[in-house]
Amino acid sequence: MKPAEYPPPFRSADYVAPPTDPEDERIDVGVLVVGAGPAGLACAIRLGQLLEGAPEIRERLGEVPVAVLEKGKQPGSHLLSGAVVNPRALRRLFKGRARIEDMPFYGPVHDEGVYFLSPKRALRIPAPPTMKNEGNYVASLSQLGRWLAERAEEGGAMLLPETAAQKLLVDGGRVRGVRTGDKGRGRNGEELGNFEPGADLVARVTVLAEGTQGHLTGVALDRFGLEGENPQVWALAVKEVWRVARPLRRVVHTMGWPLRPQAKYREFGGSFIYPMGDEMVTLGMVVGLDYRDAELSVHDLLQELKTHPLVRRMLEGGERIGWGAKTIPEGGFLSLPRRLHAPGLLLCGDGAGMVNVPALKGIHYAIESGSLAAEAAFATLRRGETPWRPGALAAYDDAVRQSFIWRDLREVRNMRQAFGRGFWLGGALAGAMTATKGRFPPGNARTELDVEQDIVRSDRATSYPAPDGTLTFDKLSSVFASGNRTRDDQPNHIVLRRDVPQELAELWTRMCPAQVYEVAGEGVAVTPSNCVQCGAITAKGGRLTPPEGGSGPEYTLT
Amino acid sequence: MNTLVFLEHHGNELLKPSVAVLSKAASLGGGDVAGAVIGKDVRALADEAGKFGASRVYVADDAELEAPLPQPRVDVLAQLVRDTGFDTVLLANSVLGADVAAGLSARLDAGLNWDLTDIVLDDGKLVGKRPALQDSIYVDVGWTAKPRLALFRQGSFDPTATGGSAEVEDVTVQLEDFSTGARMVEQAHEESEGPSIEDADIVVAGGRGLGGPENFTLVEELAKALGGAVGATRAVVDAGWYPYSTQVGQTGKTVAPKLYIACGISGAIQHKVGMQASGVIVAINKDPNAPIFEFSDLGVVGDVHEIVPKLTQLVTQRKSS
Amino acid sequence: MKIAVCIKHVPEGTKRIDPGTKRLDRSGEGALNAFDANAVEEALRLKDAAGDGEVVLVSFGPAKAQDALRKALAMGADRAVLVSDEAAAGSDLVATSYAIAKALEREGVDVVLFGQQAGDSDGAVLWAAVADRLRLPMVSQAAELTHADGKLTVKRQTEFGYDVIETSLPAVVAVSDAINEPRYPSLKGIMGAKSKPQETLSLSDLGAETARVGAEGSRTEVIGLNDPPSRGDSRKIEDDGNAAQQIVEFLAEKRLV
Repeated sequence: MKPAEYPPPFRSADYVAPPTDPEDERIDVGVLVVGAGPAGLACAIRLGQLLEGAPEIRERLGEVPVAVLEKGKQPGSHLLSGAVVNPRALRRLFKGRARIEDMPFYGPVHDEGVYFLSPKRALRIPAPPTMKNEGNYVASLSQLGRWLAERAEEGGAMLLPETAAQKLLVDGGRVRGVRTGDKGRGRNGEELGNFEPGADLVARVTVLAEGTQGHLTGVALDRFGLEGENPQVWALAVKEVWRVARPLRRVVHTMGWPLRPQAKYREFGGSFIYPMGDEMVTLGMVVGLDYRDAELSVHDLLQELKTHPLVRRMLEGGERIGWGAKTIPEGGFLSLPRRLHAPGLLLCGDGAGMVNVPALKGIHYAIESGSLAAEAAFATLRRGETPWRPGALAAYDDAVRQSFIWRDLREVRNMRQAFGRGFWLGGALAGAMTATKGRFPPGNARTELDVEQDIVRSDRATSYPAPDGTLTFDKLSSVFASGNRTRDDQPNHIVLRRDVPQELAELWTRMCPAQVYEVAGEGVAVTPSNCVQCGAITAKGGRLTPPEGGSGPEYTLT
Repeated sequence: MNTLVFLEHHGNELLKPSVAVLSKAASLGGGDVAGAVIGKDVRALADEAGKFGASRVYVADDAELEAPLPQPRVDVLAQLVRDTGFDTVLLANSVLGADVAAGLSARLDAGLNWDLTDIVLDDGKLVGKRPALQDSIYVDVGWTAKPRLALFRQGSFDPTATGGSAEVEDVTVQLEDFSTGARMVEQAHEESEGPSIEDADIVVAGGRGLGGPENFTLVEELAKALGGAVGATRAVVDAGWYPYSTQVGQTGKTVAPKLYIACGISGAIQHKVGMQASGVIVAINKDPNAPIFEFSDLGVVGDVHEIVPKLTQLVTQRKSS
Repeated sequence: MKIAVCIKHVPEGTKRIDPGTKRLDRSGEGALNAFDANAVEEALRLKDAAGDGEVVLVSFGPAKAQDALRKALAMGADRAVLVSDEAAAGSDLVATSYAIAKALEREGVDVVLFGQQAGDSDGAVLWAAVADRLRLPMVSQAAELTHADGKLTVKRQTEFGYDVIETSLPAVVAVSDAINEPRYPSLKGIMGAKSKPQETLSLSDLGAETARVGAEGSRTEVIGLNDPPSRGDSRKIEDDGNAAQQIVEFLAEKRLV
């Protein structure tokens, strides 16, 4: 049985509509950016720079030349990554204006190690060339996001947090903007005392930078037929931030245990452990969502990982101070949309799938794509140009294809697909790909959808450690540590078939790091207020849509 | 040390928390303690004050002081402090007490430490102890000048009778013009449906372990027998078993009653932060590994459907005997 | 009708006391305290009911407090005044009430509203202290508020039920969270907030004496931090048919029943 047999009752068309507010009530902005993550903020920052030198254009864009919507409480609240950042895109964006030293990094990477783990041992292995991090910097994406948000505001962008983009406004074949989500609805969708309807936000150009599982990005790919040749697949990353007693002095990646190498389980991934200065460490478990075992729980694998002597030693005497979860698009080059633009629309960053899986990097592609989107949008704002003329925004696609984003992703395009064949064969293939810079094996591998994976059963759950409240934790404690304080009586924002077989309900229950799902009498029960909006459900048979703006986690250090 | 304790009353009784603070003050070993009773026809209350440690009671008896409003009381206490030279004024927290304490703080430019659960006289220095950050940490607080004002959490102390008697001194009142700007039109009557969850001394709460909404009657009956309020967890409120207004927890209400009885509640952290400051926590749950047992004072592993009705019966019997 | 709402800056996210300074670590992001949102909502309702007027926000805190003010402006308040001065850090009730009273005097308002509780120092009773300094009548725990004929009628929540209290204006009122459900700012409101007048004043702008604020102006101090006392012996028993009896005995022992 596979999750694909129980698709969610989700229709893209429900989230596409022409503007309905009377014209004088619509909110008019110049360029609308959806998502205050690295891609969206880079776009806003670059636009600010360009508009600085073009006051006539800025004037014509009205009172709000650049607006950035963010569904989290503030920029950074929904940002989560490892992260080791390649500074190249930031250098270009801030050339002459800010230096890397001014940015909230935790220092350059000095030393690193890659380990192959077995339950009690750690075997140091040479770092695959794709994983070399010299010249890169450790960061908290949430903090970096807050810093970028300040720069964007300084450059004149208006940030609108706690605002979800619910519908894509499309009229006459062109994207007009977005409709924001309602606030103040009750559990059954009824209007509460303080109900505030969403509003139509119209713009000349709309840039979708929603990150992984972007809601309107998915809707747009459907509406404009932009899907790439391979479907998108994802991995789920669950991470923690710890205050530690002893500094960790290198960047660590692990493979092997607690994941199983047999092809029948399809467990692709590993862990990362990064120092954040001398006083903090962040560690996370990343697992491809094409896994098959109904009992697999990435949250619990992370807890298990911490019991390994190598990791336990690092955390001894420390204290967990943060937790979070988020999916990462893993389809790579072949899963990129075949076009990144449509009339009045541009797609950036993780939402479009710009992640280099073997190198575990996506932030600098997000920033670069945001920058390029800004440049393409700006060009269409000149007098005499219309952004929705077919082809007007094609310059963006051209620019991306000529950038390092394209080059890098193309080189490693088959890597992830190789690992579907199991760790050992996959490893060998990956090695071959690296050595030949992507020329071998030739051709383009097929990606299989995560929902097409048959569910298998093992007794994996028996080895998950019982939470002790000091080193290991249960899911509800983790949800608490994410800062999630979502209003309980909100409507359910997760579109899902409820009457599913127990096996599927169990798969979802274990999969979700936030304990949103539970096996219930005739299927699955949902507690939407726990949701940290990681997106895993969308990969495995449901569909995440944005809840009321301001809901969800309040990440600060992730 | 020259201490004055504000003694709040309701009807013709001194309120227990005030009396408790008086006992505590008398036991500090800082010298004589005086009490202040303020209202109309309150002279009789002065005797009780004597029994619990006051050597002197100041009585301000006037029609203008009848309504339990704070600002006239600030006038009286400030006058007492100035005329008599008290260097320490203690109050028990209540809706009235908190306003009086803060008003007095501004009037006298005197430091006020509130939410104290204890106070000690350490080598001549007065040190208060108070919880902070949802009771996760305790702070020692002090005063840098006199007079010193302290507001105590209800239930911090127990009244201990010393059986003494107090000298009574009548005080004439000089009220500020603005102190009578607020006027009582209709004073509160005793609530008939039981206390609200925020004010209740006792809360009985139900969780998923109850099994179904129909079993909430067990919780209601126990609450009624104990004179307490009913609480609920997020899970049961989400499931529609009980109203949102009774939800205790991170996204509901935070309560700190003297007694919290958790029936069929697992004790996830989202619930814990809403009630961990409770004086005594009793938990009844079928699951011996439920996290609530880690922070309850009495944990009972058993079936709520059997234990709770029996408990209600025993409590009712006890109260009527 | 001119209404002032006092806004408290409360850091969001993990709250901790800095072991070095022994003060609340306020470096976290600012947010509008939920109780202050009730006060802002009530102010807006009073203004609407009166037909016209002004709702001005007054806050006292670090520059980060602007975030909370912006949120309240987005709800519909007209302008904001932030008293921010390095010298004011570490102010206790005596010092804070002094500074806020100075700021309110400068405004000259009909009604001053406070939210009943601040998330970071539960039980803070700023309103009563400020009312005393302003020499204005004060009513707290307002669960309902109406304005008519130059008077305010307040339904006040007490341990014994509800009082009905009338007060002349100007007056200070502290509202409980039962009084209303704060509105969500509309998108237009959020966007318009930026252009509403926001003043930042130093202590000297207010004519306030530096010696009366900050640590110098405070009359209380934090001496030390400790772990909470352990809950004492906790008992765990298994029901063998007598659990109810054992519970009653336990409660009787603790004099709870």
